[in-house]
Amino acid sequence: MTDKNAKKVPLLEVRDLHVEFHTRDGVAKAVNGVNYSVDSGETLAVLGESGSGKSVTAQAIMGILDMPPGKIPQGEILFRGEDMLKMSAEERRKIRGAKIAMIFQDALSSLNPVLSVGYQLGEMFRVHKGMSKKEAKAKAIELMDRVRIPAAKERVNDYPHQFSGGMRQRIMIAMALALEPDLIIADEPTTALDVTVQAQVMDLLAELQREYNMGLILITHDLGVVADVADKIAVMYAGRIVETAPVHELYKRPAHPYSRGLLDSIPRLDQKGQELYAIKGLPPNLLNIPAGCAFNPRCPMAQDTCRTDVPVLHQVTERDGDVLAGRGSACHFWKETIHG
Amino acid sequence: MAETGKKDEAVGEATPHVTEVVSSDASTTAEVEAVLDAPVERGEPILQVRNLVKHFPLNQGILFKRQVGAVKAVDDISFDLYQGETLGIVGESGCGKSTVARLLMTLETATSGEVFYKGEDITKLSGRALKAVRRNIQMVFQDPYTSLNPRMTVGDIIGEPFEIHPEVAPKGDRRKRVQELLDVVGLNPEYVNRYPHQFSGGQRQRIGIARGLALNPEIIVCDEPVSALDVSVQAQVINLMGKLQDEFNLSYIFIAHDLSIVRHISDRVGVMYLGKMAEIGTDAQIYEHPTHPYTQALLSAVPVPDPEAREGRERIILTGDVPSPANPPSGCRFRTRCWKAQDKCAEELPVLAIPEVFKGKDTPAAHDSACHFAEEKRVVPAA
Repeated sequence: MTDKNAKKVPLLEVRDLHVEFHTRDGVAKAVNGVNYSVDSGETLAVLGESGSGKSVTAQAIMGILDMPPGKIPQGEILFRGEDMLKMSAEERRKIRGAKIAMIFQDALSSLNPVLSVGYQLGEMFRVHKGMSKKEAKAKAIELMDRVRIPAAKERVNDYPHQFSGGMRQRIMIAMALALEPDLIIADEPTTALDVTVQAQVMDLLAELQREYNMGLILITHDLGVVADVADKIAVMYAGRIVETAPVHELYKRPAHPYSRGLLDSIPRLDQKGQELYAIKGLPPNLLNIPAGCAFNPRCPMAQDTCRTDVPVLHQVTERDGDVLAGRGSACHFWKETIHG
Repeated sequence: MAETGKKDEAVGEATPHVTEVVSSDASTTAEVEAVLDAPVERGEPILQVRNLVKHFPLNQGILFKRQVGAVKAVDDISFDLYQGETLGIVGESGCGKSTVARLLMTLETATSGEVFYKGEDITKLSGRALKAVRRNIQMVFQDPYTSLNPRMTVGDIIGEPFEIHPEVAPKGDRRKRVQELLDVVGLNPEYVNRYPHQFSGGQRQRIGIARGLALNPEIIVCDEPVSALDVSVQAQVINLMGKLQDEFNLSYIFIAHDLSIVRHISDRVGVMYLGKMAEIGTDAQIYEHPTHPYTQALLSAVPVPDPEAREGRERIILTGDVPSPANPPSGCRFRTRCWKAQDKCAEELPVLAIPEVFKGKDTPAAHDSACHFAEEKRVVPAA
């Protein structure tokens, strides 16, 4: 699965993706030229606030974007080198669920309340693999065991409301794993859970990922969750990636004022500060994104160029010019930001 | 359960984390109102909660309803709130922290127990006296999207408390007062005629805070005030709340599940589990010297946004889920998920007190913890 030749074509690559929504009030530009890639066995965390376009990108990859009002005016989504946006609906359906699966944030509203979880898990096998009801149920029990739901055999006929939040999220994970996909997209998988359960679910997800050598795209707004599991991070703001970095490096030395602001604005468990650093202002309105760098009205470093020129993703280097692998920053003043 | 009328005995030796209640001897409504208007010195207890219990009955049957059980949302908790301080209450969903908030607001009727506000048991009050209490204890809600009426302008929302308590602001002054409040919370005073949907989440929460401040309360109960907000906006609202506390000399009860934010804002912290208070102490005692296994597990599970601080950090991952509050485990509520649990834990309910091992010792670990086998364990690395 991971021999040297296959490595050259990433498992999934998003190239210059644009997504817009045509609304009564105008065109909302949700995604404005996103590039990222994931390999097998790798975890990419996409970090951003609400409205940054992180979930819309994921929906575009899955092909579950509502179109209309959504529209993809340009861009490519390459799965093993093939552009999924050019595929027929039939071809995409074969990939969705079987090759690329998704875990949603709110397990209670993503599961059908009037069907038992065993039926819903078994559906994957009946529809995609043509198994009989009996075989599908046996598979469902096996899956529930895999995600460590106690007494899976007795609980297979229970309904979603009979499970706790953590258990429901495990069922969602089981459903995503059912057909052993190559890539899982997890959209805020632990946001709705309590901290102690959050840790359980995140550990389970990371363990299963290692076991099946899957690619994982983890979409979140929580800087803490990301730190524990991700290999690399892409920070999104107003539909663009503003910074990419290996996970440890981002926390140590952010190269974009927005990432730095985010890191400074979270209270720390092991510190009790006086006043929190707060990024001034509000996230931009997607109907009317500021000219130049979208972050400029909130940025402490903004100059005139920031108000006119859109910054490209610069390769970040050390002071002496050594290239820092995997690091990029879409800031005109990235040097000043990272090197002070 | 403590009997009513024996207020002073209810806070005996067993619960040293609570101070003695000096109940007021006011009997007529006018006297009670006078007591409630009296100022409280900084550092004196302003709110004293004693053996508070709230059970929600579970009924069965359509025509002939009979009670088949009860959800023990809050089960015998006691704590104090001092004037000018912030008491953080943390716990997972279903632990009863929001029910505590609603009880303090007298939005729910307590099954038993007392809440003394300036020595007056507010669970027994009604009519004019209760109205006076409610003026002084206000609330900020979690969800800024549903807690503001979409059909009312911001001016009407913030000014509505004056309709109920006209003595605070006479009719002619109200608009000016509302604009002042908007200014205080950092919003443009010209926004009075706008509707909630024209504001972002952070701005709406500011409106909610302005409404809470309208009647010059002494206590504000904040139920998860920032959990619905984006990270970059959370910091703005937290800073605002800190500023307002100094400016208006407010006491906060700050309920949240985010331990980092609670530490940042709180002077003292109480940890709740399944309707009981597991541990309570100053922020340094709880975060740096936790003695209850649940607190330790909770703290170790918090994701730390700094990979370096994370290394060498021990993580305690609890198994299983929180049991149902309708059918809590016998003895210690936490024993089903606790790695230290022994037979004693199933038989005997641990009291919230300074554990025997730390009694009389001059250590930060000597604070109230409801565990038979309390021992100090540092899970958060030193700053």
